[in-house]
This record gives sequence, C-alpha cells and structure tokens, in this order.
Amino acid sequence: MNGALAFLSDYTIQNVAFGAAILGTISGVLGVFAVLRQQSLLGDALSHAALPGICLGFLLAGSRSLPAILAGALLTGILAALVILVLTSRTRLKTDAAIGISLSVFFAAGVVLLTYIQGTGNASQGGLDTFLFGQAAAILRSDLYVMGAIALVGLGIVAAFWKEFKLVTFDPDFAGSLGMPVRRIETALTLLIALAVVVGLQMVGVVLMAAMVIAPAVAARQWARSLGAMVTLSALAGIVAGASGALLSSLASGLATGPLIVLAATLLVIVSLLFAPQRGILWSVIRRRRAAHHLRGRQVLATIHDLASAHHDTSYPAEQSMLDAYHGLGTGAVLSRLEGRGLVRRTTHMPQEGPHWELTEEGRAQARESLGETPPESA
Amino acid sequence: MLAAALENIPLMIVATGALVGIAAALPGTFLVLRGSSLLSDAISHSIVLGIVLVWMMSGAQSGPLQLIGAAVTGLATVFLTELVAGTGRVKNDAAIGLVFPALFSIGVLLLNVYARDVHIDQHTVLLGEIGFVWLDTVALGAYEVPRSLLSMGAMCAINLVFVVLLFKELKLATFDRALAAALGFMPGLLFYALLALTSATAVAAFDAVGAVLFIAFVIVPPSAAYLLTDRLSLMLLLSAAIATLSSIAGYVVAVLFDVSIGGMMAVMTGLFLLLAFLFGPRYGIIAQALRRRRAATVTPA
Repeated sequence: MNGALAFLSDYTIQNVAFGAAILGTISGVLGVFAVLRQQSLLGDALSHAALPGICLGFLLAGSRSLPAILAGALLTGILAALVILVLTSRTRLKTDAAIGISLSVFFAAGVVLLTYIQGTGNASQGGLDTFLFGQAAAILRSDLYVMGAIALVGLGIVAAFWKEFKLVTFDPDFAGSLGMPVRRIETALTLLIALAVVVGLQMVGVVLMAAMVIAPAVAARQWARSLGAMVTLSALAGIVAGASGALLSSLASGLATGPLIVLAATLLVIVSLLFAPQRGILWSVIRRRRAAHHLRGRQVLATIHDLASAHHDTSYPAEQSMLDAYHGLGTGAVLSRLEGRGLVRRTTHMPQEGPHWELTEEGRAQARESLGETPPESA
Repeated sequence: MLAAALENIPLMIVATGALVGIAAALPGTFLVLRGSSLLSDAISHSIVLGIVLVWMMSGAQSGPLQLIGAAVTGLATVFLTELVAGTGRVKNDAAIGLVFPALFSIGVLLLNVYARDVHIDQHTVLLGEIGFVWLDTVALGAYEVPRSLLSMGAMCAINLVFVVLLFKELKLATFDRALAAALGFMPGLLFYALLALTSATAVAAFDAVGAVLFIAFVIVPPSAAYLLTDRLSLMLLLSAAIATLSSIAGYVVAVLFDVSIGGMMAVMTGLFLLLAFLFGPRYGIIAQALRRRRAATVTPA
C-alpha cells in the first residue's frame, strides 16, 4: 500500500499520468470526428509530417524548447494537409496516393533535417529522437502546461462549434443548405486533428500517433448511441490507454512508450468490437445462432404438421429418420429443443423401431401460425 | 572494370537506391492506379514484426527466409485489415489505421526486449542506412558484392518478370476488374500476389531505406508518372526513370549537406512530383491554366 502511494506521488509518474490524460482527452475527442468523417489516415499523414516541423522548431529555437517544437510540428502538419488538399483537388491522383505522398515526403524531409541537426553537433539534440517513438519519462512539468494549453484550445473550439461540427460530420449537404460554411468547418476539423497530433507527439511519437486518433474513437463507437456519448467515451478510452501504456513504460525501463499506449488502445478496441452491447460481434453471433435455431424449429414443426394433414391424422407419428431425410440433416437436436418447449411429444409407432414424434396441441397451433393458416375454429 | 565499379562506393549507393526505387515502383504503379497505395504504408510498417519474428525463430536477419516471412506478414496485414472492415463495424480506412500500428508496436516492443544486440534497432527500422550498404558484402565468384545490391537486384528482377509476364492481366484487373473477373483472370489473386511482392520488396529494401522511406519509393514516382502520361507501359518506364534520377540527385545533395542519403532520395521523389505537377504536358497546373485561357479566348468568338 505504501509502495503504491509512493509510486503515485512520484514526480515522474505524476507527470506521465497527467500527460497521458491530456493526450487521451484531446486525441479521443478529435479522433471521433476523424473516424466518423472517414479521415482516419489523415491523422497518419499529419503525424508523420510533424517530424520536419519538430526539427525546424528545434533549429529556430536553438534548443529543445517544447513550444517552438510543437509550433513547428503544427505548421508542417497543416502544410501537409494543404498538400493533400491541392493534390486531390487539382490533379487526378486519388486520396490514398495524396496521403501517401504527403506522409512519406514530409517524413523524409524530417529525416534529412534530423541528420542535419545531428551533424551540427548541438549537445541538446539527443532529445529529438524521442519524438519518433515517444518517451513518457522525458516529460517535464513545464511540458504539461504546454500540452494542456493546446488541448484546452482544441477542446474549447469543439465546444464552441459543437452544433456545426456535428451537422457537417453527419450531413454536410444539409449543413450547406442551412448556409453553414461547410468547407471552412471541414478545414477547421482537419486543423484540429493536426492539433491533437501535436499534443501526443512527445508521448506516442510521430510514427504511432495516428493510432491514438483512430483507436479510442473506434472503441467508443461500439458503446455509444449519440455523438456526445461517443466523444465522452472516446476521451475516456484515450485516457485509459494513454495512462496504462505510459505507466507500464515507466515501470519497465527500455520499453518504448508509444507502442505500449497503442497496444493498450488496441486492446480496448478488440474488447469493444467483441463485447459491446448491441453492436458487439459476440452478441450478433449469438443472435444469429438463435435465429437459425428458431427457423429450424419452425421448419421441422411445419414438416410434421404437413405429414399429419396429408394423412388426415392430427396425431400422426412422424418417424425421426424420415424427418432427417426430409431436411437433409440431423433433426435430433432440434426435436429435443422443441420437446423442451412442449411443442412435440415423443411417441412410438409399432412395429417400426426408432423414435417417432407427434405435435402437441400447442405445436399444432404454432405450425399453423408459421404456415400462415388460420385455425379451423375461426374459419 | 566490374571490380572497379564494385569498389566505387558512391556508385554502389546510388545503384542500390535506384534498384529500391525501380523494384518499388513496379508494384507501386498498380497500387496507385487501384487506389490502394496506403496498403504499402500498412505493409511497410508491419513487416517490422515479421522481420523480428523470423529473426527470433531462425536467427536470419536477411535472405530468402526473411523475404518469405515478409510476404506472409504483408498478406496477414491485408487479411486482418479486411477482417476488421468485414465486421461492418469499422470503415476500411480506420481498419488500416488500427491494424498496422498494432503489429508495428508489437514488433518495436519485441525489438526493445530481445534484440538489443542485433543491428536492427529502432532507427534502422525507420530510416535504414543506405550509406553503409557497401560495408556488408558477399563473395560472388571473384567479386565482393554488397548484400543489399544483390537482394535489391534479385527483387527487382522478380518484380520485373511478374509485371512483364502478367502485364495484360494486371492491366485489365486494374482498369476493369469486373471484366478481368469475368474472363477468369482472378483479379483478387493477382492483387494479393502484387501485395506479397510489395512486402518482399519492402524487406529487401529495409536495410537500405527503412520502413517509412520505402513508402515514398512505392507511391511517389508512380504518382509523378501518372501526372505525365496516360499509357501504362510508359507510366512504368517513367516511374523507373524518376526513381533512378531521384537516387542520383538525392545522393549528390545528401553528400553536399552531409545529411541522410535515403531521406534525401525520398525528398527528391517529392521534388520530381512537384515538377510533374507544375509542368506536366497535359495534367500539369501550367498546361491546365493555358488550356483554360485558350478556351476563354475562343468561346466569345
């Protein structure tokens, strides 16, 4: 207990936990809009494109000053988004190629700048490498203020333009007919994604930041039925993934932070895809199974009923092997389920061996109903 | 003379870069035309996991086993992506963005834990070391040939044979998938073969340019060529030419400023794309503007 308390009051651990919370909130909230607008991979391009900005910020500031670095990252991120926009609107290249071009060329420029900085022999350049895969332990209290301020700006904009963002996300045509500046709002959402990417750079790194934009939102989508709920849950998922990954990496030294955070987020996605109520894959498998059982039951009931009416004998004992042949597969399991529900009754038909089945009163009514026949008494 | 060429370090580096570019542009052309080029992004990241797993199981850091492992990993990435998208709960783009970061993360963590003493570290994973390809050589008869040059040459030849032999089928499957399917060309299988070759090429190029820069070689030269021509055969040739020129120009500039050679080569592909974007004879921005102006002066008359 004392150990846990000491652990939680540790300076680095506190920083890491706060940082993860900030990162999770902003990337969770803005990721929702990216995922819903099918711009998931834009986040990938913007985060890779942050690398040259990080280097430029470092070169201009002359030291590892976080505000300068993040401003640079935001700038090249926006530039990359602009390149994608121009390539898709002014050439015949498709979106995927435009994203790929922007991502790889900007990243390459970042690599070039990184090696240039290493060549200048600046003593404080060692810190830049951590932006590739993220390093939670390198976060200072002052960094948290910068991250927090950026995140607050982003969240404030989302809150102020909530209605506009919502409408443009779900029905841009309708938003346009209401006279909303749709293009400008879409641009704003893209810039906000760049903002979210920038906040996470230090913890998750440029290579994996895209996953932090996508995964929490996908997980939240499984549980939520409204945009508000989805945004809240996505932020929560981001915080949980960020904090658990970051804490793990500060416990086990030598493990990169970014990958751990991404794997925590992936785990949340898998659990959500499988087990979320309503949309969970597990439940829909169960539902389909049940429906299939139900259908089989009704088919077998109808067969017994048809046999009975063909023989003008309401309690005609149908032979199970004949039912098997009729349906082309074993009906034993279906019949015992129907028996359990009191719809059929086991009987014998001497001198034939083997099980026989007849409909109960209730089974007859059900069979008629599913065959669409009206019961004789009401005819 | 051959021995002298093999001793020539700049030539070896440029040749390796050009071979990476040509080998990547061959499948890249079809991926770009099909609108699936971001799968190369996913594949080049997730083969890191494949490389680490094959290394852990066999100890091989390169060679045929690694190429096969990469092909399997690449196909597994695409398969997983389609599986996630196939649930109907996640859109295709988000599925790509979920699968490859997860696989890449596992690969990087395994590297952190097990591979402290191998040459594959986090940096090589991302950036490669094309400047050092001449250090790692294998004896081939009387000659010492850089290993990367050899493996890239082999990959280039394999891709070239694939594209030349199946040119008609690939063309049809790319431009009219339905007709290709109707004629029995199995466009789905062709596409998977293309992705398997992309993965194998990514691994062969891994030592030289790393995971991320490889994406530039797959996507950018074919995209630039696409802005210059309408003919598929010409597009393939132009892609190869742009890749080769990027390799030469990238090397020269990188040495001049003493920066990453692989990175500069990738930046150069971007420069050629910019040139094609501006000056392309038909689809370039300037040609478009001229056409518009001509149309504007003609219409009133």
